[in-house]
Amino acid sequence: MPDSDIKALTEALPGETFETTAFTTPPPLAEATVAVVTTASLHHPDQDDFEVMDTGYRLLDGSRRDYVTGHWSPNFDGAGFAYDMNTVIPLDRLDELVERGVIGKVAEHHLAYAGNQFDLAAVRMDSGPAGAELLRGHGVDVVLLTPV
Amino acid sequence: MSTLAHVFEAAGIATVALGSIRQQFESGPPPRGLWCDFPLGRPLGKPGDPEFQHRVLAAAFAMLDSIEPVLAEFDEAIADDGNEMLACTLPPRHDPDAHPAIDEARGLRVAYDRGVEMSEGRFGAGRVVAADDIPAAIEAFVRITEGTPWGEAGIPGLPMRVSHDIRGYYETAALAMVDHAPAAWASTRWFLDETETGKVMLAARQAMQDQEAPQPMWFYLTPGDR
Repeated sequence: MPDSDIKALTEALPGETFETTAFTTPPPLAEATVAVVTTASLHHPDQDDFEVMDTGYRLLDGSRRDYVTGHWSPNFDGAGFAYDMNTVIPLDRLDELVERGVIGKVAEHHLAYAGNQFDLAAVRMDSGPAGAELLRGHGVDVVLLTPV
Repeated sequence: MSTLAHVFEAAGIATVALGSIRQQFESGPPPRGLWCDFPLGRPLGKPGDPEFQHRVLAAAFAMLDSIEPVLAEFDEAIADDGNEMLACTLPPRHDPDAHPAIDEARGLRVAYDRGVEMSEGRFGAGRVVAADDIPAAIEAFVRITEGTPWGEAGIPGLPMRVSHDIRGYYETAALAMVDHAPAAWASTRWFLDETETGKVMLAARQAMQDQEAPQPMWFYLTPGDR
């Protein structure tokens, strides 16, 4: 069956509703510090794996490249990430954009959450704000969000 | 994804979210969202193609210029017709006394180790079942296909996670047997449709359903379209 059939399994899942849309104007990209936040359940091998319905996050060290996926859902292709981590967490590409002067700096740390959550309240009220505060503390201006 | 985007924006960080499922994006839109019609698991589109990945990033970062919430669509889709499958040679029978799936898994170990070296273990076994123990894990599912109640079959962990390790073992071995980035789902289809262990996993899933196992125990053994 095609990929679209698998997407159809989840496309109607309800998300969180926000009455207003928060909107931050970033500094010029060439001066901005950019981090990746992914819902691909990535972690380093020496960190705890993601449990089913784990609403926490893992802090990813940008100086390392040993990211493994802890996503428990079978409903995504894993070979693309296995072949090239930049398919999910494009840190090599961001480094190249720094060299080209397109972005100011790649953050030293990035975050991973577990997607495929059925109850997003804990992410909205707890681990999401905590992760944002952590990245703000590291001087992050812009976040690229990637799913699987 | 969209929830995190809202939370991070509220905390003073500008975001751009890549999304693969259009309906989810439209029903709960992030402040800035780029819908990329790419297969699930590949938000940057094409593994091993830096030029394409840079095109995606350029489209995403261009959205930071917007002065109000915005959704856009990337200008190139990556289609998956559901038919592409890897062509990997499977090992010949070595131990005629072993179940074909277990014999096959043992025979793929060298390829698996090469695949781990190539991929740094990003999608391999080892979450709950180490590579050395994959044949024993497969044996548990063989027992289910032979009539053993799933709860007594000796599955060494949560079934969905054990099956993830088995699939990861095979797809990592497959990576070592091809010289290119597999098309999306091509190695999964190879695993499920061409290998002895894939047949066991599909049969065990059906057997567990027939045994009236709780739905999450059998449903997540394979992708949901199976």
